[in-house]
Amino acid sequence: MKNTIVALAVLAGSLSALAQEKATIFPSVNVKSIEGKMVNTNTFENDGNPIVVSFWATWCKPCAKELDAISEVYDDWQDETGVKLIAISIDDARNAIKVAPYANGKDWPFEIYLDSNSDLKRALNVNAIPHTFLLNSKNEIVWQHTSYFDGDEEELFEEIQKLK
Amino acid sequence: MKNLLSILLLCTGTILAQSGQLSGNFQSDFQLYLEDEALDFNLENPSSGFPSERFLSNGFANIMYTKSNFSAGIRYESYQNALLGYPSGYKGEGITYRYAQFSSNGLDVTVGNFYEQFGSGMILRAYEERNLGYDNAFDGIRLKYSPLKGVYLKSLVGRQRLFFDKGEGLVRGLDGELSLNEAFVGLNEIKTQILLGGSFVSKYQKDLNPAYNLPENVGSWASRMSINHGRWNFNSEYVHKYNDPSAVNNYIYKTGNALLMSGSYSKRGFGLSLAAKRIDNMDYRSERDQNLQNLIINYLPALTKQHAYSLATIYPYGTITTGEMGLQAELNYKVKKGTKLGGKYGMGVLANFSNVYAIDKQQINASTPLGTTGTLGYTSDFFKVGDDKYFQEFSIELSKKVSKKLKLIGSYINTEYNGAFIVGYSYHGMIYSDIFVLETQYKIKSKHSIRTEIQHLSTEQHEGNWVMGLAEYTISPHYFFAVQNLYNYGNTDKKLSYPTVSTGYNNGTSRFALSYGKQRAGIFCVGGVCRNVPASNGISLNITSSF
Repeated sequence: MKNTIVALAVLAGSLSALAQEKATIFPSVNVKSIEGKMVNTNTFENDGNPIVVSFWATWCKPCAKELDAISEVYDDWQDETGVKLIAISIDDARNAIKVAPYANGKDWPFEIYLDSNSDLKRALNVNAIPHTFLLNSKNEIVWQHTSYFDGDEEELFEEIQKLK
Repeated sequence: MKNLLSILLLCTGTILAQSGQLSGNFQSDFQLYLEDEALDFNLENPSSGFPSERFLSNGFANIMYTKSNFSAGIRYESYQNALLGYPSGYKGEGITYRYAQFSSNGLDVTVGNFYEQFGSGMILRAYEERNLGYDNAFDGIRLKYSPLKGVYLKSLVGRQRLFFDKGEGLVRGLDGELSLNEAFVGLNEIKTQILLGGSFVSKYQKDLNPAYNLPENVGSWASRMSINHGRWNFNSEYVHKYNDPSAVNNYIYKTGNALLMSGSYSKRGFGLSLAAKRIDNMDYRSERDQNLQNLIINYLPALTKQHAYSLATIYPYGTITTGEMGLQAELNYKVKKGTKLGGKYGMGVLANFSNVYAIDKQQINASTPLGTTGTLGYTSDFFKVGDDKYFQEFSIELSKKVSKKLKLIGSYINTEYNGAFIVGYSYHGMIYSDIFVLETQYKIKSKHSIRTEIQHLSTEQHEGNWVMGLAEYTISPHYFFAVQNLYNYGNTDKKLSYPTVSTGYNNGTSRFALSYGKQRAGIFCVGGVCRNVPASNGISLNITSSF
């Protein structure tokens, strides 16, 4: 019994040590590019500038609102911070063929990938979309946010500016 | 024994402490049900589904540990008891998902539970829709290996999740994909990208049927291709399934097949996609006597638009796995800024058309009725359309930013819905409906916005006309308040209304939402899964978080 308590205490200690560790590295998962190429997420890079990863789907209205809003200010964001947005669609076979036409029809200037069985979504513990991550130059997740309200992109931009 | 446990814990603790990452998420839904006279939702009326517990809750948490090439995780789920509309198999609590995964030298190994998809998923797809209670995860072993550049191999064996248990059928699968451009040096730089793929899946279940000699192993194979050339995309997949008598197909010995073809063209400001499919006897489960959403091996996508407006979800389409054929076309277009229609900010146009028909079915001979148990069931001409029309829909949505503060979205949807076939409505015949929606988004001041929706559905059939109104006020990035009401004023039987008020608070990855009001009865679908939810009244609290 005593041993068990000691062991539990050690385990608890280890877990709390873990909890203090802040930087979470972006997971390595295969997704597909619009062209059908297999791409591992550990190859995401932006010349040392920040990366925004945003989960969306063609059927998700708040997702489209968020990406529309960012698309309008994207040129200014890029000029100031060099940020790049990667939009991950979780559309499955029902809507996968619509992803490129949808994004192009909206004139979005983002890099787009398909996560059609939600492998990356699961690896990042995303409960619901939209869900947005901000990565620093080492691909560490420094900020994340779930759902979208009008104006939320301003908070995201403040976080991006902190990385410069 | 105790010492052993201590050492084990100590070791685990020390290893964990060295580095690595812990992450996870959590969701919990609570609902207090209130009796409602208008809905006849109370204890005295058992058919209304009013829970004698009065208070129900669902919840889960995932915890994952990752260190370089290793990861492991568990999920705890609790249904005490499951919310109304959830499958009754969810009862109780426990660890429902646990896995360990590592990769080295290109070999990726998973033991325990996993989700997987081969190709489009029409031959095999394990996935979850937690909010609808759908989860057909495998418990077994999966290997992924890339022996050469551009060659991707996967294999799996496992049994599927059935609520807090597993199905008895074994599933074995192999999948290979070849990227010609990556595999052959000469093709590396050319513009046309070609991918070829193939799968084989087989299930095994012992035959204990006294009357028929049922196949214990049922195999299926699929081949697929995808071609991309700049703005053009083309995908196709064909699946063949050997004879698989089951409860869903009334124990016929016919083989099954499915074909999905799609193509698209898009450039900045313009996108067009076309898709066609045909499904014949493709219900595929790891236990032949199962029905509903239980132990399904494959995923047969519905090629219809997935709607978000609440009145447009009253008549949702769900794939008829025993046989259907249909088409879908979608156009996305952005009218340029500075044109007469586009105005200062441009205008978005999104139009969609889809239809679904029965496949042709002919008797195997004059004396055997269609679909007779123990026979080949029927014959079908691949290119011939059947007699019944299941579904047709045309929709158009125009969105226009009027000024820096105001955005308008107008939609029109025309639907023909054969509910008796699609979801087993007792109402027979086609339901014709027209829906108009006007949504406005207005920015009051920085971070403060108001959004409204007015929706109207008109139909002469089924439950008649509906009207809906919604107003939502949001303060970025934390708060929202919303009121809405649905009113079924055209119902000749009972004119019911369903008012709801809700509010919520978001902070980072945490979200709290509280609502009070009534829920209409109906079929609710997310992705490929639908569930039937009874009418109810109550207070609900939803909490989600991740770390």
